[in-house]
Amino acid sequence: MSDAVETDRRLLTVTDLRTTFSIAAGDVQAVRGVSFALDRGRTLGIVGESGCGKTVLARSIMRLNLGSNVTTTGTAEFAGRDLLSLPMADMHEMWGMELAMVFQDPMTSLNPLVRVGRQVTEHLRQHLGVGRAEAARTAVDLLNEVRIPEPEARLKAYPHELSGGMRQRICIAIALACEPALLFADEPTTALDVTVQHQILNLLGREQRERDMAMVLVTHDLGVVAGRTDDTLVMYAGMVVEQAPTGSLFEEMRHPYSEALLRSLPRTSQVSHTRLAAITGRPPDLIDPPSGCAFSPRCPYVQPRCREEVPPLSAVDDPDHRFACWTPVGSPEGMAAFARNVAEGLPQAVAVDLTAPSSTGSGGAS
Amino acid sequence: MGTFIAKRLVRLVGTLLAVSFLTFLLVNLLPGDAINALIPIDAQQDREFVEQIREEWGLNDPMLVRYGRWLGDAVQGDFGDSIVTSRTVSSEIFHRLPVTAELMLVTVGLSVMLAIPLGVMAAYREGTRLDQVISGIAQVFLSIPGFVAGLLFIYVFAMKLGWLPATGWNRLSNGLLDNLRTVILPALSLALIEIAVYTRVVRSDVMNTLQEDFVLSARAKGLSDRYILFRHCLRPSSLTLITVVGLNIGTLLGGTVVVEFLFAMPGLGKRLLDAIFQRDFMMIQGITVFVATIYVLVNTAVDLIYMLVDPRIRKAD
Repeated sequence: MSDAVETDRRLLTVTDLRTTFSIAAGDVQAVRGVSFALDRGRTLGIVGESGCGKTVLARSIMRLNLGSNVTTTGTAEFAGRDLLSLPMADMHEMWGMELAMVFQDPMTSLNPLVRVGRQVTEHLRQHLGVGRAEAARTAVDLLNEVRIPEPEARLKAYPHELSGGMRQRICIAIALACEPALLFADEPTTALDVTVQHQILNLLGREQRERDMAMVLVTHDLGVVAGRTDDTLVMYAGMVVEQAPTGSLFEEMRHPYSEALLRSLPRTSQVSHTRLAAITGRPPDLIDPPSGCAFSPRCPYVQPRCREEVPPLSAVDDPDHRFACWTPVGSPEGMAAFARNVAEGLPQAVAVDLTAPSSTGSGGAS
Repeated sequence: MGTFIAKRLVRLVGTLLAVSFLTFLLVNLLPGDAINALIPIDAQQDREFVEQIREEWGLNDPMLVRYGRWLGDAVQGDFGDSIVTSRTVSSEIFHRLPVTAELMLVTVGLSVMLAIPLGVMAAYREGTRLDQVISGIAQVFLSIPGFVAGLLFIYVFAMKLGWLPATGWNRLSNGLLDNLRTVILPALSLALIEIAVYTRVVRSDVMNTLQEDFVLSARAKGLSDRYILFRHCLRPSSLTLITVVGLNIGTLLGGTVVVEFLFAMPGLGKRLLDAIFQRDFMMIQGITVFVATIYVLVNTAVDLIYMLVDPRIRKAD
């Protein structure tokens, strides 16, 4: 990861990014110091539950958080330029051309009153000065590319005349139109039928590989990330709690939150009507985040130290696998902490002990 | 589409029946007597002559009978004669219509053309000094009635500066510039309130539209702010504006009465006012029904425009 050759491939370096929204109740610290790097043509998954700051993080890097009450600090160096300090005029050149985003809900991210055709090519025309006829040809090519049948007819349609999956394909075509170097896909399948989700993810994966485009896949679903991204960030309460190549993450989850996320996935191997292993408690208040580890109030491994000191994001044996925990899953400290908590009757530990009695503390629950 | 228009026609007929009946009733309740318009005061000493005229004009019949007679004629296109000028009501209306129609068109056109950019800018720069200035001006405009603005304009632009005529009317056939010189002050007097109302409507609708996801995705495509505002936000934000313009046509028609009087314009409003003073009941009846028809037609057109603006409504019908 730190080879000189690979530094050349480096596309995006985010350092200590923090985003705060000032609202009447106080300052919501949505992103609290996130750092990561992404190479050209690589994929990164950002995983976490609703409200963990994953979408805000993606939008902060793209400078898409609107409003005067938002402050973002840190740096996001993209191909040598810090996006966060670029003048807005330069950002307009970046958007669509270098950076593109596919949004969560294709029902609302297309303008309902504008024909699909114009929406697919308007930025092409504005950025590259492409003429009407050429834009129309490109639009047909793009729709073919994202596997939309009868593209000419679809281009004349209004968004409400298309299905959800079709609309998301349109959104992907829009994002790909100017051949961006980096694509953010923000929960691209959350609003879609399960049957369509796979097709859309496969489409994104294929385009990403063929175009050697870097992609950040934001999702709440660990299952989406598995096998589709090179690296994964697990976020909780605005911070990265675990960061690893996706393979090693699934082999050996070290952070109790990652483990809990994995455990909460429903499995087809389970008998139907099996209780979902929900994570007890709620995400913390981001106006006044808890001192110590933000996950500590919900963590089955929690120890007194966790409530006082924020654990640093650091690697133990594998330098690429970093996590922020005092009592990591699978470590002797972790096992001891869990056993102690079960013995003391700590509710979240007891709940885990009951739902998965065989997997005491082992990340490889699958 | 066919059923839509059929439904609207039924509604139009219902509205016109109600309006014409209520007007008839109101004119009937007015103090004073049509006889005053028909024969000079001194001739009214002759009781027999008065009775004869009353019989002739059917003034002694019960109101419902008179209404029925008027309605029967009206459906055949005969709206009666003015009892003052003896010309037919229809010819009077069509003679006066161009003045009022132009005044209305210029007023609405001016208001919409000013209100859209103002409202869009205010929404785009929400909370900034620019927004405060625009909203402040709108607030001031909103609190100036048309006749006050009219008096003010006459004083400043006609009397003090002498740029424009204070009263009168130049037909369009006398040259566009001369025509505009006589229409601009009355139209502006009427437009102030309209500008304010429309600006507020556009501002609040655009502010809502700016929160939409598709605006965010348009930004993420790198489209310019101006393009996003005018090519993406304006259309979804114009439905309320169209509704309000349609509804305000009524208020505006009322406003023309005052403004045409103030600027001595030979329009429908001025004619209606004269008719009321002279108890020229056929004229009152005719103009009122005509204006009501225009109002209903405009608002039917508004519903049709909705369909043009929003394809989803087209589908639903």
